[in-house]
Amino acid sequence: MLLIPCPYCGERDETEFSYGGEAHIERPKEPDKLSDAEWADYVFMRPNSKGVLLERWVHSHGCRRWFNVARDTLTYKIHAVYKMGEKRPRVPKTDYV
Amino acid sequence: MADSFLRHSPLAHLGLAGRAGAFEAGTAIEAGVTMGERPYRGLVNLRGPAGDKAFADAVQKALGAALPVEPNTTTGKGDVAVFWLGPDEWWVVTPSDGPATADKLRAALAGQKAAVTDVSESRTCIHIRGAQARDLLAKGCPLDLHPRVFAAGQCAQSLCAKAMITLHQVANDDAEDGKDGGPAYDVYVLNSFAEYLWLWLEDAAREYGLRITSQ
Repeated sequence: MLLIPCPYCGERDETEFSYGGEAHIERPKEPDKLSDAEWADYVFMRPNSKGVLLERWVHSHGCRRWFNVARDTLTYKIHAVYKMGEKRPRVPKTDYV
Repeated sequence: MADSFLRHSPLAHLGLAGRAGAFEAGTAIEAGVTMGERPYRGLVNLRGPAGDKAFADAVQKALGAALPVEPNTTTGKGDVAVFWLGPDEWWVVTPSDGPATADKLRAALAGQKAAVTDVSESRTCIHIRGAQARDLLAKGCPLDLHPRVFAAGQCAQSLCAKAMITLHQVANDDAEDGKDGGPAYDVYVLNSFAEYLWLWLEDAAREYGLRITSQ
């Protein structure tokens, strides 16, 4: 069970949150000029990284706000939590094999 | 709002008033928990910019209570309580007059960027108090309810037995209005979850001894 520090409410149990996938995926600026491959990349392709991943969470059973979390997908350690629109935090480099 | 003679609290069919005051059959132990429904409370959802002084001032003038800006806290004046729900969202809780409170707020905030919605009919309130009230809630709620962390005057939206709740601690352990020598809580739960949550709480409270109150 994770203890997630909501930037608005403070530390809460993981069961109060919902996961929103990878963060910082920008919608294409000129969607009508995209090739099928580029669309597929935007819609489906995600890094599935082993290490720190920037991801979105929503405090769905609390304040219902979206925010970003820098979480290690191997150890589940949460390195940083930041609000939508804030700058990406510096996160430690992970060199898992 | 429904005409008052048509109003029907979500727990009315459980006949709690008829069981009020009596101990559960077969429990010889003293009641550690007292529970009752507080139906028809007035709930008004308020949204607006917390940092805007004009907004905060208008709300304070209309309600008499300052807008809580500290997360998970409440403010109050007389019968009116204001709960912090999010950085730009609050609840105004009154004993019964939701629509009147909403009208008052709407008039006070006319022309401002704010939203006032009467949500009184969406939820009912289960009042829990007693020496073991905290233990009872802790069985189903992931919040840290230790008095050092969560005390009277605080509120939080969370889960209890997987049902969405808004929890408000009304009194501390030693407070006089926590009549049974324990903390007192108000649990606001959606109407459609009210019966489920009541029955779950009633079952969970069995080991402590349960008294039902009609207040």
